[in-house]
Amino acid sequence: MSRKSKNILTKILEHVLIYVVLFITIFPILWMLLASFEPQQSIINQANHGLFEFVPTLRNYISVFTEYNFSKYTLNSFIVAFVAIFCSLLIGLPCAYAIARFKMRKSSVVVLLVRMIPGISFLLPWFSIFSMLGLRNTYTALILSHMLVALPYIVWIMIPNFESIPMDLEEAAWIDGCTRYGAFLRVAVRLSTPGILTATLLAFIFSWNNFMFSIVLSGRSTTTLPVAVFNFVSYAYIDWGGLMAAACAITLPIVILSLCLQKYIISGLTAGAVKG
Amino acid sequence: MAKWLEKHMKGVLVTPSLIFIILMIIVPLGYNFALSFTDWQMSLVKAPQFIGLANYKNVLHDERFLNSVWRTIVFSGIAIVIETILGVALAVLINRKFYGRRLVQALMLLPVVATPVAMGMVWQLILEPSIGIGNVIVEALGFAPRPFLATTGFESMFWLIMIDVWEWTPMVMLMVYGGLMTIPQDPYESALIDGANKWQTFTKITLPLASSSILIAVLMRLIDVVKTYDIIYATTQGGPSFATETINIYGYLNMFAYYRFGKAAAISVLFFIVVMGIGCGFLKVKSKVEVEY
Repeated sequence: MSRKSKNILTKILEHVLIYVVLFITIFPILWMLLASFEPQQSIINQANHGLFEFVPTLRNYISVFTEYNFSKYTLNSFIVAFVAIFCSLLIGLPCAYAIARFKMRKSSVVVLLVRMIPGISFLLPWFSIFSMLGLRNTYTALILSHMLVALPYIVWIMIPNFESIPMDLEEAAWIDGCTRYGAFLRVAVRLSTPGILTATLLAFIFSWNNFMFSIVLSGRSTTTLPVAVFNFVSYAYIDWGGLMAAACAITLPIVILSLCLQKYIISGLTAGAVKG
Repeated sequence: MAKWLEKHMKGVLVTPSLIFIILMIIVPLGYNFALSFTDWQMSLVKAPQFIGLANYKNVLHDERFLNSVWRTIVFSGIAIVIETILGVALAVLINRKFYGRRLVQALMLLPVVATPVAMGMVWQLILEPSIGIGNVIVEALGFAPRPFLATTGFESMFWLIMIDVWEWTPMVMLMVYGGLMTIPQDPYESALIDGANKWQTFTKITLPLASSSILIAVLMRLIDVVKTYDIIYATTQGGPSFATETINIYGYLNMFAYYRFGKAAAISVLFFIVVMGIGCGFLKVKSKVEVEY
């Protein structure tokens, strides 16, 4: 075989391999999407008919959002995530800026350590403290716990971001009569929009997906989506179609975000892993 | 006032986060630590009773706890080895030019970011022994149907490991890929001139030059994998009959299923020490690696 045809063969093999891996990777997600349009009867008789032989239905989605109240849970998830992220940005941006500008290397290590603490260490004390304060089953408790998810990501991603903004720009602002706080807000924060977007995206994903804190701290009226999906199976009879529709509903926003803004998400996820 | 603010800028900027950390982290951790020396059923009438180290003695003699420690080690160890090997291989693979690279990368990201609880439900449907597609595939390949997660044997643990591998290999891949992109082209060119084959360039150039990013990816995974909770709780909840019960799950069940708060606190204190130990090791390695860069 000539060198050229061998090269073409390797190329083809590489492509096949990549697309096979890709298929395995996204298969569960495709399967979930497919099953969410499938009637229950067809799902439980999987083995007895062809895989794609069914009349697609929207009934699963309709029942999830009307009978099972998922619109309320979706709203809860959004409220908790947005307020938690907003508050975390409010206290996290100044903190990250201080760590970056005043070269507080020790504090940046603390941020990393906070991210490592096993969530289970907080469950008991939070549960008991929030119960005593009468805050269990409220948004406040959930938001505070989700801030613990969001804050370390925001600070961790923003430290190198603020470090990369040249000091000269802020000094120029001082000369123009800006206070140091003014320079922080008008120069550093304004120039960090991509970093803030990355941090917000990551914080949103992890707050949206959070299960452990929500299952302990949320009550009837504050149930978030992961908890609602989990409770779905505790009924004796599993409505698989409905369950998959619910799973799709919760995954969809994340899938859309990561397909549109993958660059930011990847840079956020790998922050700290790769230098530079 | 304005002058005072200017002078103490550092403190002013850090204080809100510091208060949050003290109230939401330090105080709860201290409270948890204190609880681990008491006997308490979270009753408002009966205050926690101080019982010294009894909870720790109880935990360390509890066979179910020791089994959960062993399972955590097995789960984490096997998952990390597979994820590292596959992750590095995939990183090398997607580092080549191919058609649709951006889209492939974006799609590969999905298992990492998709809600773990929802994915747990999907895997439950796929691996459901009687109606799932899993056994349809197994039978089509000519094997006997498997019980998958519905067995007390090691098999349920194995499939949970596979789910974890599915979920997190792309993460390792992305981190290693980030490291690969920083490798300059020149060593490869001189290796080509010296007549090195592909395997030699991989083991002699790629691996050593990417080793620090691989190491960091592995350590970051290690910190997270021992804490795996969502995917296990959403699928098996530690069952059937404890076959997939890790430390995290056993601790959680002690809190909110058995209401043995003192014992649960002791478990979470021990777990905290282990995880933070790994974490400090990680930081040591990380700072070493970054200096070498």
